[in-house]
Amino acid sequence: MEEKISIEEIRKEENLVFVKTKLLTDKSLSYCPGCGHGVAHRITMEVIEEMDLWADAIGVAPVGCSVLAYEFMNIDMQQAAHGRAPALATAIKRLMPNKLVFTYQGDGDLAAIGTAETIHACNRGENFTIIFINNGIYGMTGGQMAPTTIPGMKSSTSPYGRDVKIMGNPLKITELVATLPGTYSVSRHSVHTPGNVRKAKKAIRKAFENQKLERGVSFVEIVSNCNSGWKMTPNDSNIWMEENMFPYFPLGDIKVDGELVK
Amino acid sequence: MKELRLMKGNEAVAEAAIRAGADGYFGYPITPQSEVLEYLMTEKPYEKTGMVVLQAESEIAAINMVYGGASCGKKVMTSSSSPGISLKQEGLSYIAGAELPCLVVNVVRGGPGLGTIQPSQSDYFQATKGGGHGDYRLIVLAPASVQEMADFAKLGFELAFKYRNPVMILSDGAIGQMMEKVELEEQKPRWTDEEIVEISPWATTGKTPDRERNIITSLDLDSHRHEKHNEKLQAKYKKIQENEVRYEKIHCDDAEYIFVAYGTSARICQKSIELGRKKGIKIGLFRPITLFPYPSNALRELSQGLKGILSVEMNAGQMIEDIKLSVGTTFNVEHFGRMGGVIPTPNEVLEALEQKIIGG
Repeated sequence: MEEKISIEEIRKEENLVFVKTKLLTDKSLSYCPGCGHGVAHRITMEVIEEMDLWADAIGVAPVGCSVLAYEFMNIDMQQAAHGRAPALATAIKRLMPNKLVFTYQGDGDLAAIGTAETIHACNRGENFTIIFINNGIYGMTGGQMAPTTIPGMKSSTSPYGRDVKIMGNPLKITELVATLPGTYSVSRHSVHTPGNVRKAKKAIRKAFENQKLERGVSFVEIVSNCNSGWKMTPNDSNIWMEENMFPYFPLGDIKVDGELVK
Repeated sequence: MKELRLMKGNEAVAEAAIRAGADGYFGYPITPQSEVLEYLMTEKPYEKTGMVVLQAESEIAAINMVYGGASCGKKVMTSSSSPGISLKQEGLSYIAGAELPCLVVNVVRGGPGLGTIQPSQSDYFQATKGGGHGDYRLIVLAPASVQEMADFAKLGFELAFKYRNPVMILSDGAIGQMMEKVELEEQKPRWTDEEIVEISPWATTGKTPDRERNIITSLDLDSHRHEKHNEKLQAKYKKIQENEVRYEKIHCDDAEYIFVAYGTSARICQKSIELGRKKGIKIGLFRPITLFPYPSNALRELSQGLKGILSVEMNAGQMIEDIKLSVGTTFNVEHFGRMGGVIPTPNEVLEALEQKIIGG
């Protein structure tokens, strides 16, 4: 007869391979199963914990799916009006230059309604970090076309696919901000495989380290899926993202130490 | 020691803010208030007191910088004029909803739209009845002199922190642009980090092990809980109405008629009173200093012995609604105003009283 192992035995310290960071609350995530937000939240909080910056961290939540980020991130946070997170972060960092200040924004927030705030904070060279989750759609309001919806991609307001002749072009805001003198580091990642999660986490750590250098904005884009908005299974959405999003939004470094990557 | 200077209203509010220990100013140029930012950039308080001064990319960015700074428990402010104040309404609604202290100066010009750059009082409704979306109120102070532009910077910050509520100085292009002597208070030190934690324990200053995380938000998706939040805001506004009413009475003791006016209009009415009294008309002035809370009770009491009230405003008749709410709709109240940036003369104000109230 097989020996039954008790749950207490499994929970022994030597068996631990993962511990949830204290910087995430116990509240159940409001994100759809399969969405990348949860992983992006976790790695951001893990980095702050590993860098021992809990008491210094001030985050700014956007309007969009991650509007309730402050429910999950166990740090001091402010909830901004739609698109205005970089304006809040500008003031926070200037008034408290020793704090670790970051915004966490989606594509509608950062690249549509908040374009002016994004570009001007990046151009002034504010010393905070922007974490930009790009899933090419307005998730919270039910899957409308976003500034980063790629050509041909379907959404509730581009039901036959984005026709750039009618709806205009998607905005590659990350490439755009990389050209501004006020950005110090700009890179694009994903969190859909363990390898990519590790790279994204490393990039967030580097961005926070760069913030300490006071040489301008450190900007990390995470291309993510929105299986609900895209109307796919989580797995299909990740495959679709690899095949369609990554060619349009290629992963990797765009600007390193103030220099554009050739 | 206090210091006497000859200054523009816009300069006085800026200098007084520095001296009140302000931590930050975020603004955007617009006539007739650009001197506020110009003065601050010339004075460089960031080198003297450490006060942050930043020209934002828009009024929208400026008010949201104020939101971010206020969330950290800092003494922050912005200023603008009517079209720019319209752009700030979204931010003001968030700030009021999240219960944050801040100071906003509106040097009013004529509207609607781009309107004119000349002085006006046509933003009374916007300032006193809400402005942005949702049930909220600003504390509204109406200066009638350069001295009051300076005094209300300090008072504004005090009230803002006392009630965790945005305060607006509702000035106008005349008060902002004219020069008068002004007595300035001594430089107050800015609050230290420790003082901020003590004064504003709710502020996002970084989560230390001794407390739970602080969250600044105006959002609550639970409608019953959000109703409770609204009830709390309304209770606060009621308390403000009970405690913070300010007004001035001039020549009211023997008056049979009064002007009710604030800001530039109140100054013109003082001259009209001189002219009227020479003709034997017993006339006084009731000047609301707080427009929210409106001095309704004081005005009602004063009206008991009066024959009539003329509301004098540089608009189409906005404050008159609050006067009628105070004294009742059957009372002899009329409005006289000029619009579009035109300032009434003392003579035409007196004539209006004679025709609309005394002869009416």
